[in-house]
Amino acid sequence: MSEASQKIPVTVLTGYLGAGKTTLLNRILSENHGKKYAVIVNEFGEIGIDNDLIIGADEEVFEMNNGCICCTVRGDLVRIMDGLMKRKGKFDAIIVETTGLADPAPVAQTFFVDEDVQKNARLDAVVTVADAKWLSDRLKDAPEAKNQIAFADVIVLNKTDLVSKGELAEVEARIRAINPYAKLHRTERCSVALADVLDRGAFDLDRILEVEPDFLNADDHDHDHDHHHHGHDHHDHGHGLKHYHDEDMQSLSLKTDKPLDPNVFMPWLQNLVQVEGGKILRSKGILAFHDDDDRYVFQGVHMMLEGDHQRKWKEGEKRESRLVFIGRELPEKSIREGFESCIVS
Amino acid sequence: MKEFTPAPDSASIVSVTDRVKPVTLGMSVTSAHFLGHRAAFVGGEENVAFVDDKGEISTVTVHSGGILSTACDGNRLVMGGDDGKVVSLDAKGEVTLLATDPKRRWIDAVALHPDGAYAWSAGKFAFVKSGKNEEKSLEVPSTVGGLAFAPKGLRLAIAHYNGVTLWFPNMADSAEFLPWAGSHLGVTFSPDNKFLVTTMHEAALHGWRLADNRHMRMTGYPGRVRSMSWSAGGKGLATSGADTVIIWPFASKDGPMGKEPAMLAPLQARVSVVACHPKNDIFAAGYSDGTVLMVRLEDGAEILVRRNGTPPVAALAWNAKGTLLAFADENGDGGLLEL
Repeated sequence: MSEASQKIPVTVLTGYLGAGKTTLLNRILSENHGKKYAVIVNEFGEIGIDNDLIIGADEEVFEMNNGCICCTVRGDLVRIMDGLMKRKGKFDAIIVETTGLADPAPVAQTFFVDEDVQKNARLDAVVTVADAKWLSDRLKDAPEAKNQIAFADVIVLNKTDLVSKGELAEVEARIRAINPYAKLHRTERCSVALADVLDRGAFDLDRILEVEPDFLNADDHDHDHDHHHHGHDHHDHGHGLKHYHDEDMQSLSLKTDKPLDPNVFMPWLQNLVQVEGGKILRSKGILAFHDDDDRYVFQGVHMMLEGDHQRKWKEGEKRESRLVFIGRELPEKSIREGFESCIVS
Repeated sequence: MKEFTPAPDSASIVSVTDRVKPVTLGMSVTSAHFLGHRAAFVGGEENVAFVDDKGEISTVTVHSGGILSTACDGNRLVMGGDDGKVVSLDAKGEVTLLATDPKRRWIDAVALHPDGAYAWSAGKFAFVKSGKNEEKSLEVPSTVGGLAFAPKGLRLAIAHYNGVTLWFPNMADSAEFLPWAGSHLGVTFSPDNKFLVTTMHEAALHGWRLADNRHMRMTGYPGRVRSMSWSAGGKGLATSGADTVIIWPFASKDGPMGKEPAMLAPLQARVSVVACHPKNDIFAAGYSDGTVLMVRLEDGAEILVRRNGTPPVAALAWNAKGTLLAFADENGDGGLLEL
């Protein structure tokens, strides 16, 4: 999309306290990439690069007056984006670092709700840095850490040198129980290729290529089927990969190779995010509608949805609809039944 | 004013585009003002460009970064920058440093008082410097969105999240809070000191009648309101944000309460900036497609000052006598019109 490419890409960098966000940020800034970044941080002084624009932020979250309680935005970001646009051309991209306790949703929603921000910038991806040694503990006691994992497009699993192979497998399995769709990179001292964290186009409808888990391909076991068997903890699976079930944060994937009726599906989806939007953190889908030769794609953050016809289905391409929801205490049964009712019989 | 009267039989809009002296500034522009006899166009960063009545341009460097906020009283132009500085520029082109934020925070808002006092904000703090008095500061609950001095007395309105704080900087414990949910950005007092109006992050204005703090909701805009201008005598408040200029009536003691606004100069483009004539019931409006119109409040009669087909108009200003109109689009292409 030419319009999208003219907008300045924004990467949101999140992660629990001590996971290594600043290390990753310094790595991004110091690498010889010839690009200039405007970096919005909460703590001055930890970044030692003069070349870039560093802006202090206050993480001021406020509710939009549109009657939608989960529709919160970062007011300070609106203001900072406004100021930064006066210096267009002085930087190529923006990185927003959040505090360790931040919920990524208000940051993401700022880029969809605010008209002026939306005109100039596009959210590229939410990158979450996680501490391989401590994440498993934080997922138990810190809801913020769980939110950050659930929201991520890219997870940088850091400090892998500080854990054993078994511990690493365990923490990965716990991440996957929450978010099987994010790209996961194992790193020491956040040494990850910049191309793996920047310019991901994770919110770009044109780049929602496949809604596929970032799993080993051998493991085609659908996570969401686990729900019925047991409440929590793990069981060994055939491939020796541990499966966890997170008690409150899950992903739910739906698919069908039968065409959907857009006149039923669209109101259903709208209503679903209106009613359950507080629980649904992220949603994505590729859809095959009845009597429609175009693929329809959508993505959403809480109650906000954007969707569009993407392109023609290719010849021989399997016309299959796939949807993914990541969220807290998702009402799986009613979502599945609702989805089934959208299939053209 | 005869020259604003379109001929009764004219088939199309009266145009004065051929009387505009074009100005090419070669820099992005965010606002325009008049300092003495020259127009002063404020750039997005670093510079202010003076343009005299012959169209001669001279540029003055005022900040070492983005220019975030401006206020002008005709004698001086006060600006705040992302370099943490508050500077003042006079009609001769002399720059005076007024304040430097010790932490080099952005100066998000500035305001000027008729008696020479000035105010600025950085983060949650508003500062006032008045004559020889020491600088005073007040912390509000969240980041300051806008500042405005009341027309009478040394009183400052500080817009922030969920309301406005009114403060007499020379009186201890004088801060009064006017609550209204949402994020308040710009703020202005009516010239008669009876009303306070804010632009909000939502596409709406909010107002208070200061005698009893009664609320006035002014909604219905398709986009955020970024520009407000009081008509001569403060009878109406002209605003941007829609594809017509919306003018709220403030002539009666109830202000716009229970009244419909006037909607003038509709175009197929969003109004980006408005500036009311200082003496007559006329305003100028700039649009997102580059059009500039002069419009008579009484009947909405329009005169074309600039055609469409360029970036949005960003700057619009009348001189104090109302004999010169200056305008520029975001890219710094503009003009001067002498009436």
